[in-house]
Amino acid sequence: MANTKAGKTNPKNRSVGQWINSGDPWIWIYAGAVSICVITVLGLLLLLGVKGFGHFWPSDILEVTYAEPVTEGQERQVLSLIGEIAESQEVSIAQLQSAGLVINEADHEEEILTRYLFKVGNRDVTSRDFMWVLRPYLSEFKFPEDLVVIERKEWGNFYGRITELKQHGITIWRANQSKGVAFDVESNDIYGRSMQRAQALQNEIERIEKGTIGDINHRFERLRLQQRRDELDYGGSLPIGHSKLAELNASRSLLDREYKALQLELAEIYREIERDTIVVETADGQSLEIPYAKVVHVLQPNKMSVVQKSITYCKLFFLFITDDPREANTEGGIFPAIFGTVMMVVLMSVMVTPCGVVAAVYLHEYAKQGLVTRLIRISVNNLAGVPSIVYGVFGLGFFVYFVGGNIDNAFFPESLPAPTFGTPGMLWASLTLALLTLPVVIVATEEGLARIPRAVREGSLALGATKAETLWKIVLPIASPAMMTGLILAVARAAGEVAPLMLVGVVKLAPSLPLDGHFPYVHLDQKFMHLGFHIYDVGFQSPNVEAARPLVYATSFLLVVIIAVLNFSAVTMRNHLREKYKLLES
Amino acid sequence: MKHHQSEDQKDHKVEGHQRIDIASLRANKSTAEPGPLEVSLEVKNLNLYYDNDKQALYDVNLTIPKNHVTAFIGPSGCGKSTLLRSINRMNDLVDGCRIEGEILLDGENVYGPGVEITDLRRRVGMVFQKPNPFPKSIYENVAYGLRIQGIKRKRVIDEAVEKALIQAALWDEVKDRLNDNALGMSGGQQQRLVIARSVAIEPEVLLLDEPASALDPISTLKIEELIDSLKDDYTIVIVTHNMQQAARVSDFTAFMYLGNLIEYGNTDKLFTNPHHKQTEDYITGRYG
Repeated sequence: MANTKAGKTNPKNRSVGQWINSGDPWIWIYAGAVSICVITVLGLLLLLGVKGFGHFWPSDILEVTYAEPVTEGQERQVLSLIGEIAESQEVSIAQLQSAGLVINEADHEEEILTRYLFKVGNRDVTSRDFMWVLRPYLSEFKFPEDLVVIERKEWGNFYGRITELKQHGITIWRANQSKGVAFDVESNDIYGRSMQRAQALQNEIERIEKGTIGDINHRFERLRLQQRRDELDYGGSLPIGHSKLAELNASRSLLDREYKALQLELAEIYREIERDTIVVETADGQSLEIPYAKVVHVLQPNKMSVVQKSITYCKLFFLFITDDPREANTEGGIFPAIFGTVMMVVLMSVMVTPCGVVAAVYLHEYAKQGLVTRLIRISVNNLAGVPSIVYGVFGLGFFVYFVGGNIDNAFFPESLPAPTFGTPGMLWASLTLALLTLPVVIVATEEGLARIPRAVREGSLALGATKAETLWKIVLPIASPAMMTGLILAVARAAGEVAPLMLVGVVKLAPSLPLDGHFPYVHLDQKFMHLGFHIYDVGFQSPNVEAARPLVYATSFLLVVIIAVLNFSAVTMRNHLREKYKLLES
Repeated sequence: MKHHQSEDQKDHKVEGHQRIDIASLRANKSTAEPGPLEVSLEVKNLNLYYDNDKQALYDVNLTIPKNHVTAFIGPSGCGKSTLLRSINRMNDLVDGCRIEGEILLDGENVYGPGVEITDLRRRVGMVFQKPNPFPKSIYENVAYGLRIQGIKRKRVIDEAVEKALIQAALWDEVKDRLNDNALGMSGGQQQRLVIARSVAIEPEVLLLDEPASALDPISTLKIEELIDSLKDDYTIVIVTHNMQQAARVSDFTAFMYLGNLIEYGNTDKLFTNPHHKQTEDYITGRYG
């Protein structure tokens, strides 16, 4: 009792000076700084998550009547709209009036009106995906169950009703409102069968186009290069009747025949896939015919339960991370970007770690400590501070044009003037980033080497081990956690880097992955996609910014997640190594 | 020529009263020789300089007999560890360290031109003040020296590891956890493991640099017992701060002061009847 009393009265009687000396204010400041960091990180993730991942939730489709407030001199229109509410905002009447809308203040009790960003889709019909609508001018809110949202391969989403299903242009199913026959995704067999058929054909097309025809193109290209090589060997174009030329032409015509056959097959499938169509009706009664081939999926969110929506959500999200992008990257998935990012970071790690470790070992273990080594250390540290775009310029000038150009001249003269390595690509991007992150690895490794107790080295040397044996068997294993620390920092920096990559290999849309089934399987000369650049491209270079905005957030979130995953795996490895090589505190 | 130069330097640095002692030690040199024993190591006119010709050892001469324990005692900074580290050339690692004179191991100068430093260290093992096991398993710690020598056959290594651990009186404690990390052992066990590690490659000489100074009394006792049992097979040279320890474990003792070997002789004799006043002062605790 006495103790607690003393404890309670004491702080009140203390002077400010005592309070400051006691260290309490510092604890508050430390704790405050930590909280700010934590809140910032969590807030960032929350923002990205909420803004990005709401996009995949199949929200209810609203049918509503909108009596548009008009601008001066226009006739008032009453629109019937179908779509979903993407965003809501509070705007003052004055602001709307200054924008030219005729709004009678007497009609409204509040000075501030709510307006919605309404996603109406049907870009091919209305030429706009989104429109702002003012809440007080909306009436007749309805959520009819037969409304559908069709995600299309072109022109974005369609919102409306399905009225007919056709085969060979003949209607085989028709909705009838008076009899209460409405379209239902789950139970409509005709739709289900046609969709399945279309998907099977689509897969077939993809198999032929990407697989077989891609293969044939590849072989054509090889033949062309072979001919060019023969010509270079010969010292001019091969004369007609030359054995090599005849050989080449023979295999070429063989390929040609194969190719023509495939094309016929393909044309047939394309005709087949056009057979079935869906006839839809927009909110204002316009009719439209959509072939199944152009449909990604049809949803009826107003009918779905929460569980069904959750399942759909997962499916859509899965599609997002596994699919190729469509429509100038504003739709579809981001798989190539994820793949490119991860592959580049892995390649970069593979290049930077040995290089940095070897440099650090030399600097710390072998180089005579003096002015020169000090200068080298200072330069290395300064390299870490060079803006990354400068590395990009260096990569372009040195790696791409100089090294790549010389490689082309020496090893790929047959494909010139088209460059092979003399153009931005995966290899140069990884190398540039490896260079960018080299100082981090060197510094971290050197620190790790410096922390190893002398006694451990001497213990090994005293057993008759040479310096090199001691280094490889004792010192480097103990320093491995420090190397991993360097690698972690390097990965964190490299994965988020965009600016230099734009110069040395990242593109908006890469036609194929840098890893595929064609020899030599890993195509380091190819350009690739990257999440960081993808965010920039979708967010700022896209023709449809409103539609793409959720994707920007979602992609950002995924980028953060990927960096976190790469980091966590490195941290786990480091902790494992630390456990293995922990030294007694000395 | 060089030799003379260094003696001049020494005369500059050494203070008056010490000079007399050195002179007397030289005069009594024959008495410092420990009898008709087989000689393992012979230190001849050893001078050692660190950076900027700061001299750490002054013309040290002594003979270390085979299969006995020889202790170096003296106050901190007297050069006893430096002398010890000169024997297996650990001082070569120190930048700017220069050595004059000879150390003969079985009659061969370890600083001779044809000497392979790794071979020397295999013949002259060393245990340091702080236990320094490698962050590996107990087994791998002991096997390290053998693997360095290129021995690969598991049976040979297994046998050598077991033998070394038995010699180091550690086998019974660790035989069931040979694959555990050596860093999980107690300090005393670690030090015995380090001794086992040195013993595993069967050196001729074992240098112990204050091997028990970081250990508790019980572990110290064990190490001392171990030293006693090892001397049948190895020539042991031990540096210690602890005079009781030197008296307990060693057969011969060398007292060093400020880089000079002041007195060297039979341990019992040195502790009961020292020739020099400095030795007496030190062992009776008047300074140091």
